[in-house]
Amino acid sequence: MRNTAKRIYVALIILFLYAPIGTLMVLSFNASKTRAKWGGFTFKWYIELFQNEEILRALFNTMLIALLSALAATVIGTVACIAMTGMKRRTKSIMMGITNIPMLNAEIVTGISLMLLYISLGIKFGIGTILLSHITFNIPYVILSVMPRMKQLNPSTYEAALDLGASHLTAFFKVVLPDLLPGILSGFLMAFTMSLDDFIITHFTKGVGVDTLSTKIYTEVKKGIKPEMYALSTLIFVAVLTLLLLINLSPDKKTS
Amino acid sequence: MNKRLSHIVSISVILALTSTSFLTGCGSSDNGKNGQVIVYNWGEYIDPETLEMFEEETGIKVIYDEYETNESMYPKVESGAVAYDIACPSDYMISRMIQNGMLAEINYDNIPNAKLNIGAQYYDQSKEFDPENKYSIPYCWGTVGILYNKTMVDEPITKWAQLWDEKYTDNILMQDSVRDAFMVAEKLNGFSMNTLDTDELAVAMNSLIKQKPIVQAYVVDQVRDKMIGGEAAIGVIYSGEAIYTQQENPDLVYVIPEEGTNVWIDSWVILKNAPNMENAEKFIDFMCREDIALKNFEYITYSTPNTAARELIEDDAIRNSKIAFPDLSQYDNLETFVYLGEDGDEIYNELWKEVKAY
Repeated sequence: MRNTAKRIYVALIILFLYAPIGTLMVLSFNASKTRAKWGGFTFKWYIELFQNEEILRALFNTMLIALLSALAATVIGTVACIAMTGMKRRTKSIMMGITNIPMLNAEIVTGISLMLLYISLGIKFGIGTILLSHITFNIPYVILSVMPRMKQLNPSTYEAALDLGASHLTAFFKVVLPDLLPGILSGFLMAFTMSLDDFIITHFTKGVGVDTLSTKIYTEVKKGIKPEMYALSTLIFVAVLTLLLLINLSPDKKTS
Repeated sequence: MNKRLSHIVSISVILALTSTSFLTGCGSSDNGKNGQVIVYNWGEYIDPETLEMFEEETGIKVIYDEYETNESMYPKVESGAVAYDIACPSDYMISRMIQNGMLAEINYDNIPNAKLNIGAQYYDQSKEFDPENKYSIPYCWGTVGILYNKTMVDEPITKWAQLWDEKYTDNILMQDSVRDAFMVAEKLNGFSMNTLDTDELAVAMNSLIKQKPIVQAYVVDQVRDKMIGGEAAIGVIYSGEAIYTQQENPDLVYVIPEEGTNVWIDSWVILKNAPNMENAEKFIDFMCREDIALKNFEYITYSTPNTAARELIEDDAIRNSKIAFPDLSQYDNLETFVYLGEDGDEIYNELWKEVKAY
C-alpha cells in the first residue's frame, strides 16, 4: 500500500515535469499549424526547419555564444577562485559577496545596465556585446561551483609536488587542476545552459539582425510560434537526453 | 606561484578581450554597393523574399531586426544602442514617439507610392494618432471584434453586450491586456476608448468586474487555438487572426460589434536622425508598391491598407471579405488608440489591477 502510494507520487512528479515536453514533441509531428487540431502525422516541420536559414543561423549563434562564453567564464572564474583562496579571510568574503551580487540581481537590471555601459563606451552592438554580457553573468556560476571544490583541496599536495621538484605550472596542472576538474566541469555546464536560455540580457545587448534562439522565438509571439520551433526543441531535447544517457551509462560499464 | 598565475590571468584576459573585439569588428562591415538601411519590424511581419527583391533592385543592403511588442521596441530605439532608420510601431506607440520627438517628418515627394497606393480612408483613420499624417505611412491594419462558434450559441452575436449574458458563463474569452479589455467595456457603455474621465472609467471598471464571473479566461494568443478547438463559444480577437481561424474551423464567425470597436494600424515611421534617410525612403516606397504589398499581405494575412494591392488579390472571397476589408465609412463609432501619457497609463493600470484582483 505504502509502496504504491510512493510510486504514484513519483509518477506524478515525472508526469508534471515531462508532460509539457511530451506535448511539444507530439505537436512537432502535427500536420496542422494549430495545437487544437490533429492534422495527421508529418515530418514536414523538420524538413522546413532545415531549410529555414534564419532559425539555423539563430541556432548557430546560440551555440557559438554559449560555448565561447562558457569557456571564457570557466577560465576566468577558475582563476578567480584560485586567487581568492590566496586572500585573507575578510577580503575573500568581500570578494565572494561581490561576485555573488550579479547572480542575485534581476536579469533586466543587468541587461539594461550592460546596454547603457556599452552605449557610453561607444561599443558597437553585435554578437560581441552578447558574448561579453554572457561571460559577465556566467562567471559567478563558475565561481559558485568551483569554490567548494577549492575548499576541499588539501594544500599540502601542491606543496609536496613543489618539494619533489615540479615547477609551479606543472604542479598546478598535474596536482591542483585534476582535483578541481569536477567542479570546473559542472561550472562550465551550468554556464553553458545559463547562456543557452538567456533572453532578457541578450535582448538588450544584441545588435541589429543578430538573433539567438530565445530572441528569435520571442519575436514570433505576435503571430504565433511556428511548429518548426517545436521540431527544433524536440531535437535539442533528444540530443541532451542522449548525451545524459551516454554520460550516465559509461561508468557502469567500467565497473562491471 | 603568484607570479606565474598572474601571467596566466593576464594572458587569458587579453585573449578574451581580443577575441570579443574581433567579433564585434566583423559583425557589421558588409554594406551593399548603395549603402544600407536598418529596419526594425515586428517578428514574422514581412515576406523575407521582398527583402531580397529590394536588395537586388536597389543595391541597398537591408539590416533587419525584429521585436515582439511595442513596449520592447520603444526602449531599444530610445536608448540609441542601434541607430535604426525605420520602425513599424502601432498607433498609440506612434503618438507616444511623436510626443517625444523621436520621429522624422516624412517627405512624400520621395515616397510616391505612399500617396498613390494607400487608401485615403486609412490616412484619415491615422489622423487620430498622427493628426497631419506627417510621420507615419500605414502598413497593416485591422479591427478588434467578436469571434463566435455558431454551433455553441443560440442566436447570432452582434454586440459587446452579449459578452455579459449569463447564458455564456464560462464560455467567454477576454483579451488579457489593459487597453483591449477596457476598450470593450468603454464601447459597451458608449464611451470613447481613449477616455480619461474618472466617472466613465469607474463605470467601465464596474462593467468588467460584473463580467468577470462569467469569463472563462483572460488570454492573449490562446484565443486563436482555443476557438479553433471549440473550447469556448465567444472570444475577443484581432481580425487578422479571424480568417485563419475560420479556415481551420468553419463554424467560427467574426463580427464587428454594433457598439463600435478599435481600428488598429501599424505604420512605417522614419526615426529622427536616421543615418540612411534616403535609403529609408526608398525602402518604404518599395514596400508600398502594389506587387510587394500583395506579397506581404499573402504572407502576413493581416489586412493591407494598400488599395492597389487589394485589387490584385486573385481570390474573390478574400478581396471582398468583410472581415479583412470592412468598409470603415459604414461605421461612426470606430476609434484608434492614442497614447494617454504616463499618468493616463498609470490610471488604466491601477483600475485593471483592481479588476484582476477582484
